[in-house]
Amino acid sequence: MRITVSGENKEVKDGITISELIEQENVETPEYVSVSVNEEFEQRANFDTKQLKEGDVVEFLYFMGGGR
Amino acid sequence: MKVTIKKEDYEKILGHARKERPDEACGLIGGIDRDDGVREIKKVYLLTNMDHTSEHFSLDPAEQLKAVKDMRSEGLKPLGNWHSHPESPSRSSKEDIRLAFDSRASYLILSLMDDDNPVLNSFHVENGISSKEELEIV
Repeated sequence: MRITVSGENKEVKDGITISELIEQENVETPEYVSVSVNEEFEQRANFDTKQLKEGDVVEFLYFMGGGR
Repeated sequence: MKVTIKKEDYEKILGHARKERPDEACGLIGGIDRDDGVREIKKVYLLTNMDHTSEHFSLDPAEQLKAVKDMRSEGLKPLGNWHSHPESPSRSSKEDIRLAFDSRASYLILSLMDDDNPVLNSFHVENGISSKEELEIV
C-alpha cells in the first residue's frame, strides 16, 4: 500500500504498524519522536498495534528543546 | 554544510527573540537542501516556548505539527530549529547538545547577550558533539 511519510510517498507492506515503520525508516532516537497520522498524534502505547492504512499521512516530530 | 537565511527571516526571529525576553524564544526553520550542498532556509516559524523561562525552551508539539504541515504545503521540509540565548553566547549548551536528537537538523542559536551586536550561529549536533556550520545571511 502507499502512504506518505515525512512528505514522501512510500510503498509499505499492508497493515504496517507505527513501530515497524519507525524501524523501517531508521528513525533516530525514536523514544524522543512523536508520530502523527493524518494530523492526529498517536499514543506511544499504541505504536506496536496501530496499523496504518492506504493513503495515511505520517510525520515524525522530534522533541525539540534546550537550555542556555 | 553551508546554511543560508534571508535577512528578513533573520530580522523576524531577532524581533521575536527581543520581544520574548527575558524568556528564551524558539521556533522552526523550513526550506530545502539544494543539489549544490547548500541548505537554504526559506521560511522561519515563531513558536511558543512551553517552558516560559530564560533558561530552557521546549517547542509545542501541536505547533510543530502545524508548522510542518505548512512546510509540506509549500514544498519545503523541516530543516531544524532556532532558539535564543538572552544572556549567553551563541553556542550549544550542554542541554542543547543533550536534547539535539536529530543529527540531520541544523540548530540555530541567536545570542542577545550584547543587544547591539546579536550573534546568530548554526550548529550540527551528532553523537554528543556540536559543530558550527557556515551560516550566511543573504
